[in-house]
Formats: sequence, C-alpha cells, structure tokens
Amino acid sequence: MADVTPLLVATGLKRHFGGLRAVDGVDFSLPAGEIRAIIGPNGAGKTTFVSLLSGRLEPSEGRVTFAGEDVTRLPAYRRVQRGIAYTFQITNIYLTKSVADNVRVAVESRARRERGVEFEAATLEALQAVGLEDRAETPAGELAYGHQRLLEVAMGLALRPKLLILDEPTQGLSDAEIRAFIALVRRIAETATVLLIEHNMDVVMALADRITVLARGQVLAEGTPAEIRANSEVQAAYLGTPC
Amino acid sequence: MSRAAFARNAWLVLAVLAVLFSLQFVLPDYQVLMATRMMLLAVFALGFNALLGYVGLLSLGHALFFACGLYASGLTVYHFGWGLPAAFVFAVGASAVLALLIGAVALRTIRVSFMIVTLMFAQVGALTVLYFAAWTNGQEGLSLPASARVADLGVATLDLTDALTRYNIAYGLLAASLLILLVYLGSARGRIATAVRDNEGRTEMLGFNVFAAKLEMFVLSGAMSGAAGAAYGLLFGYLGATFASFQYSIEPLLFTLLGGAGTLLGPLVGVLFMVGLIDKLSELTTAYLLVIGVVLIVLILWFPKGILGTVRERWLPWLM
Amino acid sequence: MGFGPYLLLATLEGLVQAAVLSITAAGLSLVFGVMRVVNVAHGEFVMLGAVIAWFTASLLTGHPAMGFAAALLVSPLLVGAVAFASERVVLRRLDYNPEATIVATIGLLYILQQTVLLVYGPDARPVDPPFYYTIRFPWFGYSAYKLFVIGAAIVIMGGIWFVLQKTRAGLVMRAAQYDRETAQAFGIPVDRVSAWVFALGAMLAAIAGVLVVPIQQAHYLMGADPLLLSFIVVIIGGLGSMSGTVLAAVLVGLSDGIISMMFSPTLAKMVSTLLVALVLVFRPNGLLGKAAR
Ligand SMILES: Nc1ncnc2c1ncn2[C@@H]1O[C@H](COP(=O)(O)OP(=O)(O)OP(=O)(O)O)[C@@H](O)[C@H]1O
Ligand SMILES: [Mg+2]
Repeated sequence: MADVTPLLVATGLKRHFGGLRAVDGVDFSLPAGEIRAIIGPNGAGKTTFVSLLSGRLEPSEGRVTFAGEDVTRLPAYRRVQRGIAYTFQITNIYLTKSVADNVRVAVESRARRERGVEFEAATLEALQAVGLEDRAETPAGELAYGHQRLLEVAMGLALRPKLLILDEPTQGLSDAEIRAFIALVRRIAETATVLLIEHNMDVVMALADRITVLARGQVLAEGTPAEIRANSEVQAAYLGTPC
Repeated sequence: MSRAAFARNAWLVLAVLAVLFSLQFVLPDYQVLMATRMMLLAVFALGFNALLGYVGLLSLGHALFFACGLYASGLTVYHFGWGLPAAFVFAVGASAVLALLIGAVALRTIRVSFMIVTLMFAQVGALTVLYFAAWTNGQEGLSLPASARVADLGVATLDLTDALTRYNIAYGLLAASLLILLVYLGSARGRIATAVRDNEGRTEMLGFNVFAAKLEMFVLSGAMSGAAGAAYGLLFGYLGATFASFQYSIEPLLFTLLGGAGTLLGPLVGVLFMVGLIDKLSELTTAYLLVIGVVLIVLILWFPKGILGTVRERWLPWLM
Repeated sequence: MGFGPYLLLATLEGLVQAAVLSITAAGLSLVFGVMRVVNVAHGEFVMLGAVIAWFTASLLTGHPAMGFAAALLVSPLLVGAVAFASERVVLRRLDYNPEATIVATIGLLYILQQTVLLVYGPDARPVDPPFYYTIRFPWFGYSAYKLFVIGAAIVIMGGIWFVLQKTRAGLVMRAAQYDRETAQAFGIPVDRVSAWVFALGAMLAAIAGVLVVPIQQAHYLMGADPLLLSFIVVIIGGLGSMSGTVLAAVLVGLSDGIISMMFSPTLAKMVSTLLVALVLVFRPNGLLGKAAR
C-alpha cells in the first residue's frame, strides 16, 4: 500500500482561534482504503483538524490535497461533491424530516453528480446498511440518540464518499450498538477510506489500520495499533491531561 | 414528500383557484375591486413567504421589490409611453435583477443582520423614490394617463377600466404564482430549499451550495413581489411613494404569519383576513394601523404557526 | 454669509444632532448589547418622550422652564414604565429569540405610534424651550438652548459611562452583556436585568425626545428618523459597543448636519443608509470595532 499515492494529504496545516493554536502544523497522509483513527485528549484539536480537511473551517496556513487535487481553497460543499463526507461530533440531522427524507437529501446530492441514481433504492440501501429501514417514516427528532448517530452515518453513506470522516460516532451508544457499529465500519471500509475520531480505545483497536495521535494541535505519534499502545509518550499525553 | 401528498396539494390549489375564478360571477362590484387588490397582495405575500417559509429568511425590506415592479412598469409607461405588456415584463425582469444584486450582498449575513440589512436597503429604495421626485412626483405620486388604461396584447385589447378584466388579470397572476411555487416546491430544488431552512450546516455538508440555493429563492421571491407591484400599478393606474415604505415591507410579513409561514396557501388566507379587516377599520378611524401592531404581537406570542400552520400540525400533515 | 461662518453654523447644527443622536443610540446599543434585542420600536420611544413632554408642558402653566423640567422627569419615567411592561408582557415570553423579538418590536412600534395618533392627533405641536437666549456670533445668532442640548448630552453620556463602569448595576449589565449563561450561573438575575435594561434604553430615548421637542415639535411620525439614524450609528460604532456609539454619533451627526446643509438631506440619508448597510455586511463589528472573536 505504501507506493500508492495517498487519497488525502495535509501539509503544514494550522488553524488559530485568536491566540489559541487549535491545529498547529500538522502533516498528515492517508492512503486510500485504510481505516485511520485519530485519538487525543479533549481539546487536542481533532475536530478542528478534520474540519479543515472537510472545509468547514479555513486553515490559517497549510494545504490540503484530495485525490491529487489541491482543495485548500474549495468551499466545503465542493469537497463533499468530490467525495469527502463528514459526520458531525454533535448530532446534526433534519429533526423534523422523516428518517427516509433525511437520507433522500443526501441521495439527491449524489444524484446531481452521477447519472442513473435509483432514488428509492439508494435511500433504502443506506438505511439498511445502518439497520434503520424499519424506522424510515419516523420523524428523525423522535429517534433515540444512538439511532440518530446511525442516521448521520447513513447520510454519509448515501453520498457514496471516497472518504468518510466520522467524529466520535460511538459516543452515547450502548455496548451492543457499538459492536454493530464496528461491523458496519468494516463493511464501509470495503468501498471507502475511513477517518475516525474516537475516544473508545476498544473501537479504535478493533478497527484501525493505523492510528494518529494528536495533542495540543500537533501530531504526537503515528503508527499501527500495536506501536501506539507501546508508545510511552502517548501514554504520558493521556495520563498527563484530564480526559 | 410523497407523490400522493403532492397530488393532494395540487388538487387543493386547483380547487381554491376554481373557487376564486367563480367568485367573479357572484360578488357585487365593489367587492370585485377589493378581491382584485387582495389577489395582488396575495402574490406579493406568496413571494415573501417563498423566502421566509421555505428557506427561512425573514426579509424586512420586501417593499423594495414591490416598489421596484411598480415603478419600473409605471414609469416606463408614464414617461416613455411603453405598452403595458412590455412594461410588465420589463418590471418583472428588473425586480429579478435587483433581487439578484441585493441578495448577493444581503445573503452574506444571517438572522438579525439579514433583517436589518434588508430593512436598510428598502429604506434606500424609499428615499430613492423621494429623491427622484422629478420622475416619480414623490409622496404625491403619479396617475397613469387614460391612454395607459388599455393593454394591447396583439391578439386582443384589454380595457383596464373594466373591473372584471382587472379581476381576471390579477387572478391569472395569482394562479401562475401558485402553480410556479407548487411545482418548484414539489421538485428536488424545493426539497433542497427546505433542507437549507431546517439545517443549513448539514445541507452544506451534504454537498449543496447553500448560498446559491438561498439566492435562487431570493430572486424568485423578488421577481414575484415585483410582478405583484407591477400589476398593482398598472391595473389601478397609480404610483406612490407609500408603496416603497416600511409598512409595505411589514404587510406581507403580517399576511404570511397570520396565514401560516411555510404553507403554500397561507399568504392568501392571511390576506383574506387582514385586508378586509384593515379596510373596515380604516373607515372607522385614522389609526387603523394599530391593528397591524396588535395582530403581529398576538401572532408571535400565541399563534406563531398561523392558521394553516396550525391546521397542518393538528389535522392535515400533508399540507405543503 | 461667507463659507467659514456657514461651515461653523453647519458644524453647530451637526453637533446638536450628534448630541441627541448619541443619547438615542446609546439606548439602542445598551439594549442590543445586554439583551441581544434589536428594538425596532426605539424611535417610538423618542416620539413618546416628545409627546409626553408636550402634554406635561401644556398642563403646567407658568414659566416654560418649569414645564420643561417637569417633562424631563415625567417623560422618561412614563416611557420607562411602558417599556418595562412591554418587556415583561411580550419580549420575555419570546425567550429573546432574535427574529421573534424583532417582529414583536415592530408590533410595538405600530401600537405606540397609532395609539399616539388616536390620543394626540396628527398635528405637530411645539414645546417652548426652557429659556430664550440667543448667542450673538458676528455673522449669525444661535440659540443658546441648542448649546444647552450639547451640554446635556455630554453630562448624560458621562452618567451612562459612570453607571456602566463604576457601579454594581453597571457591573451586572456588563456581565450579562459579556456572557449571559455564565452571568446566570454566577447568580446574576439576567432575566430581571433585561427588563430594567429595556426600560433604561427607552428612558434614554425619551430624554432625547424631550431635548429635541423645543427644536423640532412633537409629531406621531417623528420616530422614524431617530430610529434609522440610531441604527446607522450603532452599526458603524459596532453593535453593543458604547464608546464606538458615541464616536459614531458624532461622526454621523456632523456629517449629516454638514452634508444636509450643502446637499439634499434626502441624498445624504440615501447614501449614508446604503453605506451603512454595506458596513453591516462586510464589517459586521463596525468600523471601529474589534475583529470577530
Ligand atoms: N470555533 C472556535 N472558536 C474558538 N475556539 C475553538 C473553536 N473551535 C474549537 N476551539 C478550541 O480549539 C481547541 C481544539 O478544539 P477541538 O474541538 O478541535 O478539540 P477536540 O480534540 O475535538 O476535542 P474533543 O475531544 O473534546 O472533541 C479547544 O481548545 C477548543 O476550545
Ligand atoms: Mg471534537
């Protein structure tokens, strides 16, 4: 996999909020097909970092290339159109629309770019992938929290992205739901690259091909799960900051 | 929205249009005049509601577009002797272009700032009418000459002094506006518009150009309001600065809130209730605008969904 | 009259305008800053202040200064009470939702304006200034009352500054302005503060109304101009920033006074409104304000 050009590359990425350096010079490279986990203490800059990748925030400095194209100046919606899907850390769905209608908006987005998208079939497929097909006509606001998170993932899937960014998707899920979720991400990874921010180390260890550790806006370490587990700096970063 | 729900809405709109058409055979003369005015104001409110109800943008300056249509058509007729159909088409185009320009600037702001910016642009418009008094005759306004009371359509000429002719022109405009909105909202573009209204950030992160979606609706809204203004000026033959005033920005808001923001027929229902009420009151007292204030506050405090919004919530969830 | 004296006169007129405007705009800015409420009815509070001043003065026969002094007391109190009540009855129930409160204050605008039309009628009526004295410049005479207005504005603005910076009430207001939730958490009754702030903002408008009425006459439609100009001032000065408001009021008052005397007042208002709308779009923190947090 090493000689394949990476799907996503960030170079010297920085983002400041006033004096606070939330992301402070990150170099990052993500090969296609990988499941990558980003971990780090609260406030490490993980959400800010992936927001720079997805275009929700503009970087103060640095560049982002995706599939060989410099996307640094592209607005978020253009990056989504090129294949970067993003699920929010704080659940963000259309509360008054039905579950199916939520997904339909995503399918519509894909239908604008691709020919021959079967609307209802694509909607059903995304719902089935996360197991929400029985709830299709329920207003999304009435779903349990765990199901709302799954709906977010379904919308991401319905976009058929090249890269799916998941920001703490298992937060607030039950153990059973987490097990189902791990299986889901494995299936997603057959067709897409996955970038996963996650606090739950069991999930990380079960899924990640490689792990990137962020702390204070910088990359502290990067490696396979085994390497990261053995890294004493990482342990210090976690133990040294309140979680 | 499902096909079945769309069909129901379409039937409902057609039924309402059928009733409105047949009214001309039963209403006494003075009420025909009143109904004509109401239908034009309803077109104005429909345009306003397209923006408020379906992309969630509250403009406090829609008088700008109404007045743009009114003056663009009226002044070309008055000063350059244009034919009425040409003046009307020109006015709708001018309003759309103005909406494009204003929208491109104002849509960079959100919420409260958007409201204030639109209010201020409309204020500039009202002042412009006064400043160019040499053309507009300012506050006093202009009456269109008798020669402008006939519309030459090529195949036929319409006599605008005839009440029923005016009624049917206004009716045609209302029908066209309702059908345009019905089709638009039933289409994928309509779905995106409401997605923007319900959750802008999510919609952007699903790959939609939110700004473009808003601008598109802003232009549609401005053009519709402009069409209402143009028809108002041409049918009644009078252009005055009042039509550019703050009051004319607030009235469509009032009609829309009363009828139900985000319901297709709400603005029409709101006009039906309010215009009659305002007219009755204006016979009783000079301070008839008091009712605008009272109704606004009552609505916002106790009845924020309006008439059709409440009907939809309680009984008819398929209502568009 | 030569150009120099003409400019002096225009400057004086501009300063008077700026004086009244800074008081009015300070009220608007305070309400926005602390409550995040854009009060579209603010101009009506100016009008109400002026009209009540007329009633007060016409009830008190005797020296005009007596009537004026009474108006300066009665008017703000009554207007403040009206504002306090509207806040309790209407705004608070809307949870200060920005869009809903704007719509509600538009409603309030019509209610106040049309009620005055019912009670007071459509005429413009003058109130005598507390004293007639004309200061003789070599080229023209100038009403000493107008200079008094400038002085009064300086005193009032100083008072606002003192209250905000040096008193407990001011501390509470600033805390609420800085961060509502945190202030609440620290036991500041933000909810009650809001009603007082809304009343205070209206009282400032009423004082401005009393001060202008000897110059301008009381009329039920007189609220529109102060509203528009205060908006302009508050936007240029940065929403919620008090020092910005004063600076902007002087700037706007002076330029409006001077431009109106040299060109058409309508043109002056047109251009300034347009420019200010653009400022709000492209420099939302005002020309003098800090960059976004
Ligand atoms: N819009 C913003 N304005 C100001 N500061 C911000 C903003 N967004 C994030 N920050 C700050 O930047 C730092 C990094 O935040 P970020 O949300 O990226 O952390 P995180 O690693 O995702 O944390 P968590 O694990 O809690 O989600 C934090 O100190 C946060 O307070
Ligand atoms: Mg985060």
